Amino acid sequence: MRRSADAILTGLPAGGATTPRYGFGYLLRRYARNRLALIGLWVVLLIIGLAIFAPWIAPHNPIKTNFENLLKPPASTHIMGTDDLGRDILSRIIYGTRTSLLAGVISVGIAVAIGLPLGLLAGFYRGRLDDVLMRLTDAMLSFPFLVLALAMAAVLGAGLDRAMIAIGIVFTPGFVRLSRGQVLSEREQNYVEAARASGAGDGRIIWRHILPNIVSPVLVQASLSTAAAITAEAALSFLGLGTQPPTPSWGSMLNIAQAYLGSAPWMALWPGLAIFITVLSINLTGDGLREALDPRLRSV
Amino acid sequence: MSRFLVRRLLLTLPVLFFVSVIVFSLISLIPGDPARVLLGEEVSTDALEVLRKQLGLDRPLHIRYLYWLGRIVKGDFGKSVRDGRPVLDTLLQKLPTTIELAITSLIVAWAIAIPAGVLAAWKRRSAWDYGATTVALAGISIPNFWLGIMLIYLLAVNLRLLPPSGYVEPWIDLSRNLRLMVMPSIVLGSALAALVMRILRSSLIEVLGTDYVRTAHAKGLNDRTVVLKHAMKNAMIPVVTIMGLQLSGLLGGAIITETIFAIPGLGRLAVESILTRDYPMVQGVVLFAALAVVITNLAVDMIYASLDPRIRLEERTA
Repeated sequence: MRRSADAILTGLPAGGATTPRYGFGYLLRRYARNRLALIGLWVVLLIIGLAIFAPWIAPHNPIKTNFENLLKPPASTHIMGTDDLGRDILSRIIYGTRTSLLAGVISVGIAVAIGLPLGLLAGFYRGRLDDVLMRLTDAMLSFPFLVLALAMAAVLGAGLDRAMIAIGIVFTPGFVRLSRGQVLSEREQNYVEAARASGAGDGRIIWRHILPNIVSPVLVQASLSTAAAITAEAALSFLGLGTQPPTPSWGSMLNIAQAYLGSAPWMALWPGLAIFITVLSINLTGDGLREALDPRLRSV
Repeated sequence: MSRFLVRRLLLTLPVLFFVSVIVFSLISLIPGDPARVLLGEEVSTDALEVLRKQLGLDRPLHIRYLYWLGRIVKGDFGKSVRDGRPVLDTLLQKLPTTIELAITSLIVAWAIAIPAGVLAAWKRRSAWDYGATTVALAGISIPNFWLGIMLIYLLAVNLRLLPPSGYVEPWIDLSRNLRLMVMPSIVLGSALAALVMRILRSSLIEVLGTDYVRTAHAKGLNDRTVVLKHAMKNAMIPVVTIMGLQLSGLLGGAIITETIFAIPGLGRLAVESILTRDYPMVQGVVLFAALAVVITNLAVDMIYASLDPRIRLEERTA
């Protein structure tokens, strides 16, 4: 009845979500049955395309100022209008995909790289290491997410690279808890016993047997965390602690737009819409992935 | 019951210890000389020496931690670098404003989330369900700083229905206070509403599948009574259990909301002290926020353990 906090936080069922391993094609077909998830995936791919091919797609230089073109509303030459320094907003939005995706992927990468091994070890060996790690993650999870990210960014200093480290560290306890919980139920399975009976050492059991079985929930959490990390980077940049000018970042574009809300509302409309669409499509993809990887969720 | 209480309290101690270590490390990890960071570049070496001594920088790290912890326990959070006032005084002065914002946002969140969650679970796989879950996903995905700016543009700049930003104490002008709180509460409440709605929906679906609900149906009760009277009581447990998480979301969201709407609460204080490098204040706000969450979690667990015996049993068998 009462679901564990982890299950509530991750949206995954309590206990191990052991996913039977199917072929990639099978998973793809299952995924494609969810139309919203499919739309989300296409939008994500489109955004990745925009980020990669930004120099060829963007109509103007995103950081070149033009003082004869300040605060121009959307028109044929500048489809999304220009900002307070006469820069083309569409081009800044297109280049901004790079900042956002980079922030999302790198910070989640940091969180997985630290959190997954710690969770594996804590869940497998239990004991004092597990006790200490769990209380430490409890403590870290007691800090409101943005409060801790902000304080860390303040200590590390402003800048995209530091913001990514701060967000990555703040996300780490979530991955420690998730992977530990998964390992706890996996280590009791027969296949682990069988592997041990056939002479496999701890390292081999963790790496070759348990890890492949806990990859799917970690993957799902990673995709959903990427969306949250993109919002967090935008929030830090909005507050002046993330990406620094003149590098295009949706969060800092919104920060500047606040001052021109009465005279140039389009400056606030586009970057916010870009964050919203990106985060929504990644969330849709993550939710679809979760359903495709865990058949039991179909019934909920 | 008393065994559960003691166990739960004992588990909180190491969490508090780590919370204090993290907060202490925040200021100790600042690259370079903390005294110089605190006082700025243009300062005499004498003043630097005095502050170094005051901060105990001439002592080893663990001794400094113990001194710092001793002061915190006595309620001495240090002094603000900006205005020289005790940090705790400023925190307590800003607290009521943030509490007001948190309460109004919580009201907005629950007012949206509970009917939407019940409807989505009750009429599962209907247009209501898909509508509510899609809106909730959008609510989770929409950046609250953008929602805030757009609301200001729409309701204050364009339609002139509400004042754009600012704050007046409720006892000075209640009606203006409430008008000023409408937009911030919507912004802060909407993200929380999405979270609460999703949890309520899945927990209600789970409860609706249990035997006692089937029994209630079997004895001829109508749908409304079964869902609202029988199932809701159990379905609300996870919603209330994550009060700590909700408070955490509110405090984090308050940073953005208070900044956009110029509300002089703890969130804006956090941003201002970070931007002005007022590190004792940053430390104070961060510690304050974490303590609030730890205490809320503890209180919720205690209350629930006394109300629901299954929780105590679960803990014992775990």
